[in-house]
Amino acid sequence: MAMTITEKILARHAGLDRVRPGDLIEARADMLYANDITMPLAIQQFENTGVGKIFDPDRLAIVLDHYSPNKDIASAQQNKISRDFARKYDLPHFYDVGRAGVAHVLLAEDGFVLPGEIFLGADSHTCNHGAVGCFSTGVGSSDLAAAMATGKLWFRVPESLKFVFKGELRPWVSGKDLVLRIIGDIGVDGARYCAMEFAGPTLRQLTLDERFSVTNMAVEAGGKNGIMEPDDVVLDWLAPRARRKFEPVYSDKDASYAKVYEYDVSKLEPVVSAPSSPGNVIPVRDAGRESVDQVFIGTCTNGRIEDLRQAARVIAGKQVHKHTRMMVIPASPHVYRQALDEGLIRIFHDAGAAVSTSTCGPCIGGHMGVLAAGEVCVSTSSRNFIGRMGHREARIYLSNAAVAAAAAVAGKLVHPEEVAPVGARR
Amino acid sequence: MASAGKAHKVGDHIDTDLIIAGRYLVTSDPAQLAAHLFEDLDPGLRAKIKPGDFVVAGENFGQGSSREHAPLAIVGADVKAIIAKSYARIFYRNAFNNGLPLLECVEASEKIQPGDELRVDITSGKIENLTRGETYQANSIPEFMRNLIAAGGIIEYVKKQIGAR
Ligand code: SF4
Repeated sequence: MAMTITEKILARHAGLDRVRPGDLIEARADMLYANDITMPLAIQQFENTGVGKIFDPDRLAIVLDHYSPNKDIASAQQNKISRDFARKYDLPHFYDVGRAGVAHVLLAEDGFVLPGEIFLGADSHTCNHGAVGCFSTGVGSSDLAAAMATGKLWFRVPESLKFVFKGELRPWVSGKDLVLRIIGDIGVDGARYCAMEFAGPTLRQLTLDERFSVTNMAVEAGGKNGIMEPDDVVLDWLAPRARRKFEPVYSDKDASYAKVYEYDVSKLEPVVSAPSSPGNVIPVRDAGRESVDQVFIGTCTNGRIEDLRQAARVIAGKQVHKHTRMMVIPASPHVYRQALDEGLIRIFHDAGAAVSTSTCGPCIGGHMGVLAAGEVCVSTSSRNFIGRMGHREARIYLSNAAVAAAAAVAGKLVHPEEVAPVGARR
Repeated sequence: MASAGKAHKVGDHIDTDLIIAGRYLVTSDPAQLAAHLFEDLDPGLRAKIKPGDFVVAGENFGQGSSREHAPLAIVGADVKAIIAKSYARIFYRNAFNNGLPLLECVEASEKIQPGDELRVDITSGKIENLTRGETYQANSIPEFMRNLIAAGGIIEYVKKQIGAR
């Protein structure tokens, strides 16, 4: 029987020849991770199992990224729980301040994310990793604790939806716009419980960084995982960093999908998700040139080097508007270093933007740029829920990095072509 | 196992940030989390929720983050169950893992009004609206989830698996 890439990976890890959507299976996990917020609960639950031994410490990563560097005494106490646990079990992959970055970016860069594998993370944006062709999904702390003890977890095999992109991308349109467009079309529960498989010739025009932005936001449509078949771009990227041998998996040509959506991207404009739902998607031109108090470029969705390059292309030689403040947070130390080497940090600094050490920071309203009542923020993150970045009366627009940088220069929501030369997309 | 309490209604697509805002995720203590339950949705709602009450929601309850702090905040407020049209998937797993039953029932979600007195039987899925004299039947909980609940959640389930080895 023909199977999708998601079904094949799940079948292989459950020791079955085939699976069907709706089947309940128990599957082996290749890699596990949790962050500073979800790990303390996972530790509590893991200790409750009484197993006393992690099934394979080499397959567990802990990344302190949300409230790290410790933002206050409470988060310092909370982070200490993970630090103590990592010492107690002498964990090889514990990332603390200095080496830590936003986990989804960091763990992919560090070669933990491999085609054909199953990656489970106690964070909803774990679906990020599907861009390299693995089954990667977010779970809660208790599920993660169960997997830490046994190396396995139960799943319902999801129905697969296929999204096929065709056509040339226009200037300033990036992977973020593709995924926002989809969420706008199918809604925030349009892919509930489903695998979202992205395909089509346009993917070749996307850097791997941009592909990660697409799979990263599968959860905003309710998806269980986002996934793409690994091509040579992926395999080349993995060659110097893969931690293990891996076996790529591809969908069968005649695999069946619950639904197939086709997109001609050549007409697509840069878009934003207007307050306060990721599904509230409109072209940036239709956003009423709203005034912007804060711009935030960073996060697991769009804090990678390609995003910083796009932002730098817009802002180079210009100034952040006097009524606007701009935060740039490279998502990982590696991205930070690369941005330094490429001269991007200097461009941001010259423009009057603040550049910070890698952290989730303002994305979750934690620190480093929390919003006041009535303020408007343009953010390259994935969620503009009420209260997400601070006061419940703050309003958040989600966008790609070029749109965000253009907002910083103009002090309002504009199409990037208004502040930067056309054709500088790549 | 039936219990009675008041209904508190919330809308569609209530996300985990509205259940418990990110700024409060510096603790895993259910009581501390419960103090801020639904704060950004409606700052007055928490005070109205009494132990034993129910939350009645629309579509896709619990969308967003994987934070188990969301069901924990609800458990911390001693809410006995959620009744909704549908649930987001990570929240669904997390709720059952923390002993918070989720009932799926479109009719109940639509007909129950704020403040209605309900009697809910978690096992059978029977929802009685004592205020309106109506009865609704929730979809049955999948067998696997029932086993998980019977075992006492995923952690107890793991303990049993390991004990059986
Ligand atoms: S950057 Fe934002 S969305 Fe990504 S893991 Fe951090 S808090 Fe979550």
